[in-house]
Amino acid sequence: MEFRFNDEQAQLRDVVARFCRDKAPSSAVRRVMATDTGHDHDAWRQMGAELGLIALHVPEDMGGLGFGAVELGIVMEELGRSLLPVPYLSSVLATSALAEIEDAAVREPLMAALVSGSKLATLVLDSTNGHPVSGELVAQDDRLTGSVRAVLDGHRADLLLVVVRAPHAPTLFAVDAASSGLTKRPLQVMDRTRRFAGFRFEQVPAARLGTLDDAQVERIYDTALVALANEMAGGAQALLEATVAYTRTRVQFGRTIGSFQAIKHRLADLLVDVELAKVAGYQAAAALAAGEDVSANASLAKFVTADAYMGAAREAIQLHGGIGFTWEHDTHLWYRRAKSSEVFLGTPAWHRERMIREMTA
Amino acid sequence: MTAPAPAQDALAREVRQWLARNWDPNLSLAEWRERLADAGWGQPTWPTEYYGRGLNAEQALVVQAEFARIGAVGPATAGPRGLAAATLLEHGSDAQKKRYLRGITTGRDAWCQLFSEPGSGSDLAGATTRADWDGARWIVNGQKVWNTSAHHADYGILVARTDWNLPKHQGLSYFLIRMKQPGVEVRPLKQMNGHASFNEVFFTDAVVEADDLVGKPGQGWQVALTTLSHERAGFTSIRGAEKLRHGDQRIYREYAREIEIANEPYTWYPQRAGRIDMLLDRARESGAIEDPVARQEIAGAIALQRCLGWFGARGLAKGPAGSIAKLAASRVARAGNRAHTIVSGIDALFEGPDSPRDGIVGEILLSTPATSIAGGTDEVQKNIIAERILELPREPRFDDGPFKDVPRN
Repeated sequence: MEFRFNDEQAQLRDVVARFCRDKAPSSAVRRVMATDTGHDHDAWRQMGAELGLIALHVPEDMGGLGFGAVELGIVMEELGRSLLPVPYLSSVLATSALAEIEDAAVREPLMAALVSGSKLATLVLDSTNGHPVSGELVAQDDRLTGSVRAVLDGHRADLLLVVVRAPHAPTLFAVDAASSGLTKRPLQVMDRTRRFAGFRFEQVPAARLGTLDDAQVERIYDTALVALANEMAGGAQALLEATVAYTRTRVQFGRTIGSFQAIKHRLADLLVDVELAKVAGYQAAAALAAGEDVSANASLAKFVTADAYMGAAREAIQLHGGIGFTWEHDTHLWYRRAKSSEVFLGTPAWHRERMIREMTA
Repeated sequence: MTAPAPAQDALAREVRQWLARNWDPNLSLAEWRERLADAGWGQPTWPTEYYGRGLNAEQALVVQAEFARIGAVGPATAGPRGLAAATLLEHGSDAQKKRYLRGITTGRDAWCQLFSEPGSGSDLAGATTRADWDGARWIVNGQKVWNTSAHHADYGILVARTDWNLPKHQGLSYFLIRMKQPGVEVRPLKQMNGHASFNEVFFTDAVVEADDLVGKPGQGWQVALTTLSHERAGFTSIRGAEKLRHGDQRIYREYAREIEIANEPYTWYPQRAGRIDMLLDRARESGAIEDPVARQEIAGAIALQRCLGWFGARGLAKGPAGSIAKLAASRVARAGNRAHTIVSGIDALFEGPDSPRDGIVGEILLSTPATSIAGGTDEVQKNIIAERILELPREPRFDDGPFKDVPRN
């Protein structure tokens, strides 16, 4: 059976693709990269208010548009085909975590603020949940103590949603970024289009939103993996296309270099990487949407797409030759994004291990 | 992916009703397959005038699911018959379709593929087996190689040169040839893994009737491309791994026998594909399941295999994208070889009864190199991808002009 995205999904893809093309030419990305926040605030506002993307995957009864993981994957893939610097991924993580809270009275005011874009939240996972993040937090009398090495968009988030396991069951807390006892350190990240900050917590007052079971924590984490995987597949595709286009125009030895078998075969191999990566991302998203146990395939998608993206970034630089190693050319911006994505939420080796652990549990 | 549409429910009901009236496991296999051909349910995607129902691939799955539900035997699938059928459906004359498709789907006739030659492997269009018109029939002379099942085939699909004054791709023609005739000699060819699944076929004044030319003289290459693209797309699944349904009735016994004969050349094909399915069990058996390096290798191999399966299941391996599946299959096979080696350790020294799982592991290690050659080498697949999907320029070539003047392989 031939798999096709339905018309609505294809339209969504077109809308996001067009938006990214408009908003994220190299000049715009480089301008925003040099700012303090590193975010394109205008584009972000439009993504929320005009395109409805912030609310896309949030269930309808929680004030969202009620689309599923497949549609979210489409948006991520298209965003990944650009370097548009917006806090979409952190927003997805935070809203996905918040959606696990059953108590509507607790959840709704926060969700309304996040979905409307009036507040930016990010998700903080620590190593006590078994996730590859250095840092540990302890909750005592609804005060958090400890530290976390790197929090996505932590430099700008108004609100931290924190999953803390110790000393009891995993619990989701909300922490105002301006709280006393919270020390934030913006980090010099390799990928200037995607920022991280470190946090130290000393008796930071936190609002307890509710406890989560292990399956919920894993679902939040898997949702993050699948979103990032689809984004990486999009990035790998974009790099492949750009590199193919370059080898069609670059002439050496009296021929376009794209006519040399040594180059063609490398690009053919890269296409295989990219196609398998895309299908891994789609499959994991479909499984997530269907409510299947997705952990093994979410990890699979994470490492397959990360390997494809890093491979594409390496090949892009190599096949561009010297110009590919200059600051002026965009290849290094993509390489930086690929490296950042490869590491964030767990390295490929970590996810290979997690996949086997899940399969042999 | 989506809930069955009402139209699919109606289709399923129609198949169920037909099966209720017609399926009988006490029939002979041949009798049952004749019924299938008359009704068209064996080949749902074939046209209604040629033993099919004119349905699409999605509807065909509904039909197959109904067959599977009650254990009804399907059409014959053994050997390269599917390639012959696909090619005839696209390029054959009405008379050829009438003459051959029925015997293909009922299993009456066995088929083989006669493309590769000792001097033309990757450069398939460099074939020098010749077919000369003697005024009434085509007379074939030359040698083919890598011909699976040729030793019990009734017919072969043959590419031969009919015009030596035209450029290489334009001088070929595509024929259907009777294998059981004096001018055709079939000899087995032993492979590096010890099996002899293929043959060499020698033609000495073998005869092809005038109406067994497919397409026009000189169109052989275009027709062969259809066969080849179907062959590549087949690499998303593993031959020889069909699940047999057992039963006591006559049809199941005959079917088991058919599969046994048909699969004989393919017993090592699952091993050739890398046997990713065995890795975790083997790792538990050998203790390598505790080894973090082995776990990394196994995870990588399983991931590749799953991605290839999904790529195929989503219907993406069509046309030139079949080459993506073929290349991915090579990667799976190599990853399987590497992982099985790590998992088996010193036991990877052996073959035959001293090798784990009664020789299966040794057979994996000695069979996977075939995957990146059979059905078109990796290098040829990469050219196809680069030129037809990525639209990169072709390599300069030195083999245009009349074929008789081209430097010969």
